[in-house]
Amino acid sequence: MSPVLFELLLRSIWETVLMTGASGLISLIFGLPLGLALVATDRGGIAENLWVNRILAALINGFRSVPFIILLVALIPVTRLIVGTSIGTWAAIVPLSIAATPYYARIAEVSLREVDHGLIEAARAMGGNRWTIIREVLVPEALPGIVAGFTVTLVTLVGASAMAGAIGAGGLGDLAIRYGYQRFETNVMIAVVIVLIIMVCGIQWIGDRLVARLDRRG
Amino acid sequence: MNLHVTAELDGPITTNPVVREDVVRLVDLKRRFGATPALDGVSLTVQKGEILGIIGRSGAGKSTLIRCLNGLERPDSGEVFIEAREISRLGERDLQPLRRRIGMVFQHFNLLSAKTVEENVALPLKIEGRPRAERLARAAELLQLVGLSEKAQAYPASLSGGQKQRVGIARALAARPALLLSDEATSALDPETTRSILALLKDINARLGLTILLITHEMEVIRSIADRVAVIDAGRIVEEGAVWQVFANPKSEITRSLLGAIRPQLPPEIASRLAAGEGAETILRIDVAGQAAHGPLLSDLSAAVPGPFRLVHGGIDHVQRQPVGTLFLSVPGTDAAHLAAVIAFLKDRDARVEVLGHVASPV
Repeated sequence: MSPVLFELLLRSIWETVLMTGASGLISLIFGLPLGLALVATDRGGIAENLWVNRILAALINGFRSVPFIILLVALIPVTRLIVGTSIGTWAAIVPLSIAATPYYARIAEVSLREVDHGLIEAARAMGGNRWTIIREVLVPEALPGIVAGFTVTLVTLVGASAMAGAIGAGGLGDLAIRYGYQRFETNVMIAVVIVLIIMVCGIQWIGDRLVARLDRRG
Repeated sequence: MNLHVTAELDGPITTNPVVREDVVRLVDLKRRFGATPALDGVSLTVQKGEILGIIGRSGAGKSTLIRCLNGLERPDSGEVFIEAREISRLGERDLQPLRRRIGMVFQHFNLLSAKTVEENVALPLKIEGRPRAERLARAAELLQLVGLSEKAQAYPASLSGGQKQRVGIARALAARPALLLSDEATSALDPETTRSILALLKDINARLGLTILLITHEMEVIRSIADRVAVIDAGRIVEEGAVWQVFANPKSEITRSLLGAIRPQLPPEIASRLAAGEGAETILRIDVAGQAAHGPLLSDLSAAVPGPFRLVHGGIDHVQRQPVGTLFLSVPGTDAAHLAAVIAFLKDRDARVEVLGHVASPV
């Protein structure tokens, strides 16, 4: 591999890391409260409100049912509004985040829903309010699942970021398509695949270790 | 009859009779789920310092009842007074400070798995907004009380069931409640652990003078620690009284059936041979309790009414330090006058006598 290509590979790795990391962080910041809202407003939840629940669920389902490549294009006006441009790595972070947030919200919802209702009742019996229940019971008890779900989301984002090449965001997927596939540079293709495998394994490994440390359920 | 030892429970010895205050007073509580009434007009009081046991079969309304006391459940009608304050129509925000006056212990412990034992015990204080140093000091004190000081840094998953319930009890006591609710606290535990948890509750009641209301489906629990018992069936209190009196003289069928497992019963091989008419022997059931069970009843009987009788089954139990006995006697012969004399003698000694029937040949 030529030094030019190698430099390109390094830049692509950075772009992928940036896209995955930034949109992962944003999906965590918005997805976790959204997951909490889904659980809390559901029937029998700590802030039962079925109308809010239905609207949230419909919004989430709506975003999740649009294929990412279409979302990428459809969100261009929104992206331009937020980032100022619709092309490049930063521009790709907007649709990636908007796709990953409802995805992560659903994963977080599953973990939060699994928290034993008896624990919520115990906190209520102690005189805890909703905020106490969220802070002391729901989130800490669901934390292993919340972290494991975040790992899954990050890995999914690594894959989704490959499509962001369509709006000139660069990244490893883009490199593989343009050089490895369209220009028959097999070396580039192999290098990209190896880097992606290492990235995904690394994310999973760190996630698994973290979950094991957090899980006190015996 | 007031069986409570006032001086022991209320601290300093008082010479005047103490007017007991009600910690809990329920007035005609009703709650239905769909068409089925879970509570169908329950009125009940719990006095300061006593242990009141509520017993009933599953589905009798016990859980609904106990959950009405801290507002986890809202009655359809009726009133719930906690320390003279009506709470059944309070909003969630007003209930929160009140719930801190009421500790609750659960059947499945409900400990937070992500927190250490110490953090679990200190949680009610954290909710109350107490400073960290105070929380830890109180947690250490309570863990000492329940005998788990060395487990302060452990996580609940590493504890046995009995240890978990001890943590649950320590947690329930953290905010110095006026009332402790126990929701089937020993139902998930083995008999030996059950005994130690009940002994702990009794000890806390005696040492701290803490009022305890417990619900259970096991008479053994009532017998071990309760001062008074209320029997609930189909959402109604069918019987209520001092434990030893209810044990000695159960009024309702449901109480008798709940007592069946721990009180002497006529052995089935005899029961199956009972006939209503004449027979070689007459089988009597004799219930004695309290003062009546203290004297040498059987030897007095044999001295006063000459003629044979045999004890076929039974025994004397001690409930709340009161003897409660059930004896099954077999009186041979067909002499009606002799039998009448036996019964008259026993009744004279305040025993309850029931002719169960006759058997054709000696048992």
